[in-house]
Amino acid sequence: MTKTTIDLPPKGGFSFDLCRRNAFLESQGTKMPKFRKTGTTIVGLIFKDGVILGADTRATEGEIVCDKNCEKIHYLAPNISCCGAGTAADTENVTDMVSSQLELHRYATGRDSRVVTALTMLKSHLFGYQGAVSAALVLGGVDVTGPHLHAVYPHGSTDTLPFATMGSGSLAAMAMFESRFKEGMTREEGIEVVCAAICAGIFNDLGSGSNVDLCVITKGGKEYLRNYQQPNPRSYTHSKGYHFTSGHTAILSSKIRALRNQVRVVEGDAMEEE
Amino acid sequence: SIMSYNGGVVIAMKGKGCVAIAADRRLGVRGHTVAMDFQKIFEMGPHLYVGLPGLATDTITVAQRLKFRLNMYELRENRRITPKTFASVVANLLYERRFGPYFVEPVIAGIDTKTGEPYICNTDLIGCLNEPDDFVVSGTCVEQAFGMCEALWEPDLEPLDLFETISQALVNAFDRDAMSGWGAVVHVIEKDKVTVRTVKTRMD
Repeated sequence: MTKTTIDLPPKGGFSFDLCRRNAFLESQGTKMPKFRKTGTTIVGLIFKDGVILGADTRATEGEIVCDKNCEKIHYLAPNISCCGAGTAADTENVTDMVSSQLELHRYATGRDSRVVTALTMLKSHLFGYQGAVSAALVLGGVDVTGPHLHAVYPHGSTDTLPFATMGSGSLAAMAMFESRFKEGMTREEGIEVVCAAICAGIFNDLGSGSNVDLCVITKGGKEYLRNYQQPNPRSYTHSKGYHFTSGHTAILSSKIRALRNQVRVVEGDAMEEE
Repeated sequence: SIMSYNGGVVIAMKGKGCVAIAADRRLGVRGHTVAMDFQKIFEMGPHLYVGLPGLATDTITVAQRLKFRLNMYELRENRRITPKTFASVVANLLYERRFGPYFVEPVIAGIDTKTGEPYICNTDLIGCLNEPDDFVVSGTCVEQAFGMCEALWEPDLEPLDLFETISQALVNAFDRDAMSGWGAVVHVIEKDKVTVRTVKTRMD
């Protein structure tokens, strides 16, 4: 009698069932496709009252810009946020996973999350995958012990700094920070320096572009300023637009399927009650 | 490249209270065209469609696996899935195979029946979601498709105009790509009906 194998639903974590097939395809000479990267300029800065995080909004797939306005500042906890650079799917999933773990931790401990907790969860996950999960993060938040800012590298090492930059535009941004940063800046000064750093990345680095996103975290709360600055409006548009007359495209066949509600009330008498 | 082994392209666009999703119909083996009626757009609900360009075997496998997950969701929740949630299901399926991925880059188009809001998104092959307000493209002629859509799309197109726009964008994009074409199918999804049209194209 043949033994049948049941395909059980996965319990979470990665599945490696296609690795052998993909390795075979690669050995045959086919090129592996590129993952979507965030290119990116991401920065963080500690000011008088807390932390300011900034990011650009371009996502690239090879040399093509596939998303002109993506979100690179991820939510981790009500008082903690994280900017992500590297492979976009990795940054998205790693931050979502740690955000869920932090929420469970909050329920278990009954306290607000601390930034070092998020940091430890992130670095141990990334180190475990030995850099294969390509996520470079700038983690910032304000907890009971004060404001914190950390840079997390894909292999799992971390830096604790008063100002940090990551991504392909990090050199341009760091140049702005090194010349303009000072301790104990006000909110307005901090925002100006962060915007200048992100704009340096946007205009000088090819992997970064579009708009500036900010997140200002203080003891009082978190303020997410999506598209705070939009220095690159869409420039080349046809003023009249392109209009095709109805019937311009040649059609071979056409089928219309009406979608009705699943339950339709039809005339009838109510059932007699015994 | 493995993504251009079979060829194919899918585009989706948002309109006013409607979405359109369109694909070419070619199935090839490198340069050799094998079929001109290969299905790349699959129905996942009355108002939800997913297009799967890429390696054809993974197109079929991912469509079947998604249908399974969708059926389990509908059995457990006893309701239809919303497009945004379905996008998460797709992203999860793909990210699970982060180190040995499926070679498809899905495009999802649907209307949220509760709010009437149109929804489009696409993902890369490991599940990174991209949810723009205008259009999404995926396949072998992305560069041509991006150019065509960027030029032709405008906001708040009515269903008939949206059909014309997406058809022209798709057909002119894949006419400049050797690996896709040989017919086109366009689905226009509105709140109360879905119109499926096959478009007359160059067959070379």
